[in-house]
Amino acid sequence: MSTAKATSEDVKRLAALARVDVPEADLERFAAEFDSILAYVGKLDELTLPEAGLEVPPLHNVLRTDGGEYESGTWTKALVAQFPQKEGDSLSVKKIISHD
Amino acid sequence: MTKPLNELTITEAAKGLRAKEFSVRELWDACASAAAAKNPELNAYLELFDADDAAIIAAQERIDRGDAPMLCGIPLAMKDNILVEGHVASAASKMLANHVATYDATVTKKLKDAGALFVGRANMDEFAMGSSTEHSAYGPAKNPIDTGRTAGGSSGGSAAAVAAHMAIAGLGTDTGGSIRQPAAHTGLVGLKPTYGAISRSGLIALGSSLDQAGPLAKSVADAKILFDAMKGTDPMDATTITPYTYAPKEARERLRIGVPRHLLLEGLDADVLARFEETLAKLEALGHTLVDVSLPTSGYALPVYYVIMPAEASTNLARFDGVRYGLAERGATLLEDYVKSKTAGFGSETVRRILLGTFVLSSGYIDAYYRKADKARGVLRAEYDAAFESCDVIAFPTTPSPAFRFGEKSDPVSMYLEDVFTVTANLTGMPAISVPMGDVERDGVSLPTGIHLTAPLGADDLLFRIGALVSGETL
Repeated sequence: MSTAKATSEDVKRLAALARVDVPEADLERFAAEFDSILAYVGKLDELTLPEAGLEVPPLHNVLRTDGGEYESGTWTKALVAQFPQKEGDSLSVKKIISHD
Repeated sequence: MTKPLNELTITEAAKGLRAKEFSVRELWDACASAAAAKNPELNAYLELFDADDAAIIAAQERIDRGDAPMLCGIPLAMKDNILVEGHVASAASKMLANHVATYDATVTKKLKDAGALFVGRANMDEFAMGSSTEHSAYGPAKNPIDTGRTAGGSSGGSAAAVAAHMAIAGLGTDTGGSIRQPAAHTGLVGLKPTYGAISRSGLIALGSSLDQAGPLAKSVADAKILFDAMKGTDPMDATTITPYTYAPKEARERLRIGVPRHLLLEGLDADVLARFEETLAKLEALGHTLVDVSLPTSGYALPVYYVIMPAEASTNLARFDGVRYGLAERGATLLEDYVKSKTAGFGSETVRRILLGTFVLSSGYIDAYYRKADKARGVLRAEYDAAFESCDVIAFPTTPSPAFRFGEKSDPVSMYLEDVFTVTANLTGMPAISVPMGDVERDGVSLPTGIHLTAPLGADDLLFRIGALVSGETL
């Protein structure tokens, strides 16, 4: 595990990955808090763990057959009411493909 | 009856309703008016619901017919991250301030089917991230025992509502201690069931491999009534278990209580430890035996948790992007829409955990952090399994200290340490309960503490049995 200090640049890079904006004024504080959290989490370094075999929890994900069919449109009104922008019953979003 | 109606337990209220000492309407009015009167000071609820007249009438009819379940006509507090169709479910975040649930969570549906009523949606830390409700976007909930102190978190609103008798009982969710820690801080019983015992369908997710819904109640019997009403396999949640998933353990007459002494040597208030020892002595006097157990990796549970939980949280919260529902800020491009919506919608603790989760999952760090933590999680589970060879339950205090003052834990790590005893049950999936074990005094105020009992996977019922021994109830 790295012992290097987190910098404002690191926080900025993570924020970009997570698609949030951290205000310039908060970068230093976030970096300092990150350091203390990572120092604490870094205790894991002391642990010697077996190579493999313990990761899998004793649970199995399962598939089920389709069921509980409902008539088309049953949920439409309630779901469409939540859309921030819409055209009729369609969700309206910005164009994501351009020819530039 | 001498007690005001809103101060009754579920068991007492159900009995009174059947004896026609009072009506469902009177019980509802008692809780709703207490909630309306106390909420401006306590901020336990983010919204109080109007009386559902049809549900109140239907509940009364079922009780009069004589075939009503125990929860019929009982007013409950619902945590704001559990969907109730037609009501806002915001997870105490600005991101979901306008989000109206389009369906009932499975737990909501089961409680409605049982005839339960909902007083309102209870305050919490934003997206259940915190141990004090100080991270709620709508201000913290206050502890009714001492309003200068927090009620714990993240289910602090539900705990405050039940402790202040603004509901007969309440629902919380628990990812790292969010039911048990507030229960300990407000003198209630709180249960985190076996992972998969109760469906997660319709819960706003924090850490999907850790989250469970569960009861906050005034008695062990009440916690059991709520658990029994909510448990069960659900086709909408593939991780729910069946009664056969885990081999049932034989119930012994004399229980063996495992105590990991090595975890109690430091970081624990002396009077909290004293209440714990007294409670153990009481159990011993009842004929049960104490066994020393060793859980060597437990000291690493909290660091493990603070890798796994943010990793899952950052993944789960990626869905809130301002496109389909929730807060929708607009910029020049679709990417700007995402960034502006997330930045305006998430509070600082939420952003902190999203960044932390993004970090531990990023290439170059995933092996050192996430995969290592996941492996350590397996070791923790194996250690508990081994300990349960020599004991039936494992006991320690729920929290190192009683309820703390607002602002007392301002740096993130000191707040995270609130969960030092509770996170392990989420990491192992094992059921755990907090039951009041006596008061300690701080600044002239008597504050409750809780004993924390963990049982093997699937052995939730054993926790009610031993919990009732601690509280002195007969189930």
